[in-house]
Amino acid sequence: MRRPTTSLRQRGLRAWRALEGGFDAAFGSALNPLRHLGALGFLAFWLLAASGVVLFIFFDTSVAGAWRSIEALSQWPLGLGRLLRGLHRHAADVLVLAMALHLLREWLHGHERGFRRFHWLTGVPLIGFVFVGAIGGFWINWDQLGQFSAVATLEWLDALPLLAAPVARNFLAAAAVNDRLFSLFVFVHIGVPLLLLFGLWFHIQRLTRAAVMPPRALALGLVATLAALALAWPVTSHAPAALERVPEVLRLDWILLFVHPLTDATSPAFVWALVGAGTLALFALPFLPQPARAPVAVVDAANCNGCRRCFADCPYAAITMVPHPNQRIGRLLAQVDPDLCAGCGICAGACPSSTPFRSAAQLVTGVDMPQLTVSWLRQQLQLQLATSRSARPLVVFGCNHGAKCADLGGADVSPFSLLCAGQLPPSFVEYALRDGAAGVLVAACREGGCEFRLGERWTAERLSDRREPHLRTSVGAERLEIVFAGPGDETLLQAGLERLRRRVQPLPPDANLPTRLHHA
Amino acid sequence: MPDTSPARAAPPPGPRAWLGQVVLYGLFALAIGVFSQWPPYRHLDADQALIKLSFTHVGKPVGDCRTLTAEELARLPPNMRAPTKCPRERSPVTVEVDLGGANVLRREAPPTGLAKDGASAVYERLVVPAGEHRIAVRLSDDVRARDHAYQREATVTLAPGQVLVIDFDAGKGGITLQ
Repeated sequence: MRRPTTSLRQRGLRAWRALEGGFDAAFGSALNPLRHLGALGFLAFWLLAASGVVLFIFFDTSVAGAWRSIEALSQWPLGLGRLLRGLHRHAADVLVLAMALHLLREWLHGHERGFRRFHWLTGVPLIGFVFVGAIGGFWINWDQLGQFSAVATLEWLDALPLLAAPVARNFLAAAAVNDRLFSLFVFVHIGVPLLLLFGLWFHIQRLTRAAVMPPRALALGLVATLAALALAWPVTSHAPAALERVPEVLRLDWILLFVHPLTDATSPAFVWALVGAGTLALFALPFLPQPARAPVAVVDAANCNGCRRCFADCPYAAITMVPHPNQRIGRLLAQVDPDLCAGCGICAGACPSSTPFRSAAQLVTGVDMPQLTVSWLRQQLQLQLATSRSARPLVVFGCNHGAKCADLGGADVSPFSLLCAGQLPPSFVEYALRDGAAGVLVAACREGGCEFRLGERWTAERLSDRREPHLRTSVGAERLEIVFAGPGDETLLQAGLERLRRRVQPLPPDANLPTRLHHA
Repeated sequence: MPDTSPARAAPPPGPRAWLGQVVLYGLFALAIGVFSQWPPYRHLDADQALIKLSFTHVGKPVGDCRTLTAEELARLPPNMRAPTKCPRERSPVTVEVDLGGANVLRREAPPTGLAKDGASAVYERLVVPAGEHRIAVRLSDDVRARDHAYQREATVTLAPGQVLVIDFDAGKGGITLQ
């Protein structure tokens, strides 16, 4: 019997994939914003930082001048002030939304556990930094909304018996608020985002090529959208703060300030309990019972030539290069950190020693996956092609996390599902063709949708001579089909197979590819 | 050479895809634009006012000071021979608020600190109907005294949304309304 949490996650994942599919139709998979949520969050942060620096230059850090200086932005020519202010506010909205969706997506994909535990645990505190920084931004303006938020926040803090005197007393009357208070505001609104940046560095430091900017087209689309929104629907101030009055009707930013109405509707203690329980739950998730971790990559020193390709391609910085034990000067050896290794096999696909053309009967490569070795793959490939009764057999290299290739129709199909498409050494394509295959289909996950971040990208680049190890140019393009098909995209995979089948049907056996000799 | 560039994997978007992008960007902008300022939020009803009762005040010692005897003083080091000894612990501060003759709030604020020798602090909010109110505030800061040490009565007229702060400042005669 399945646990309810599992089925909830699975149902949610199905819904999420359906949503991603809808966005794919409009944006294409490579530019799908739902696959770049972390990078979109970074873009929002950069927008906040850039617009915030300019705003701070013109900001008057005094009780009397703060509101006036921000209000003066609306007088800037060409609507530049409105643009700047709107970008700053709405970038904060985007940051919160991107963060929330990023968190949801990662949880739905089960990314809180295993080797990703570090990323999850370092991400949880960032939620607090984002909200503290964002809420503090409203105080700086010192209008009625800022007054309401400041008082509400401090009254909420006072619900914890931490301080001898209530901090909300600092906002009892106008006389209690002085210019020095803005030092605190500045600390909250600038200091905390700096902490956030520091936390973000921790969050991504175990990632190779962490995406701190979304693809250019997506970035431009988002910035243009926010700019249009800022100009068409300007962010405006409320009346200046007046502590002798309760702000009446507020145009509340519900995305950033929802905690205040929630506190009013319930109680400060309830919201503290909610925040505490939520934080504890997020921190506890990676420690719940979970499936066993995948076996990690194993390096064979005798076959590692220290070329650094696995080091360059590992998506999780699990490989470092160390001096080779053979003590030859300058010779390096790959070393796998088991705590960081995802078990994706991308390193095996990058290893030049993984070529099946090597004459050794037992193919041992520089770095390999114990659960699915390149030797086993070569052996199975030979076996399948040798026993195929089809005149034009087709070989399919798929991915365990993408569209299922095992059920592809046709007696002419020999499917091999790999740990990741990136595990495939490109030379296997040529090897399959030389061994009798009429065509090879390589199925990777949708662009940007690789379970291991970079597998589909490295696969495409290796097969198109843009990355080492590359597929030799002697392999005819008509005999290779590459499909980007994620989980549930079996129809895409089938369509790709049909295209390949039609293409190779009229082709004669490739004279350029001499028949390979089987190894004993 | 196989063409495996992303352009092959993802053909340029057609008119429908462009339209879809415009619609999705538009919906996103609309959602952010709307929920960044709508629906309007009203913290208090239009006919309500707010009374904030807040102070920090150090209560009186919980007991009387005692004059030390000559023998007791002699046992002390010369630099510590203070003639009287007072209890360190402070009295809790009790405050009561009546509105129109009815008690609406009573708080007993204990002294802070491990030795209970710190100030007592109170921060309370009372949402009341706007209009005229007869307010009586009583504050006691000495457990040895039966009567309230400080009292203040006043008739105030509160406009909708107005905040009346009840504070305590011994230098200004005790309970203040502002």
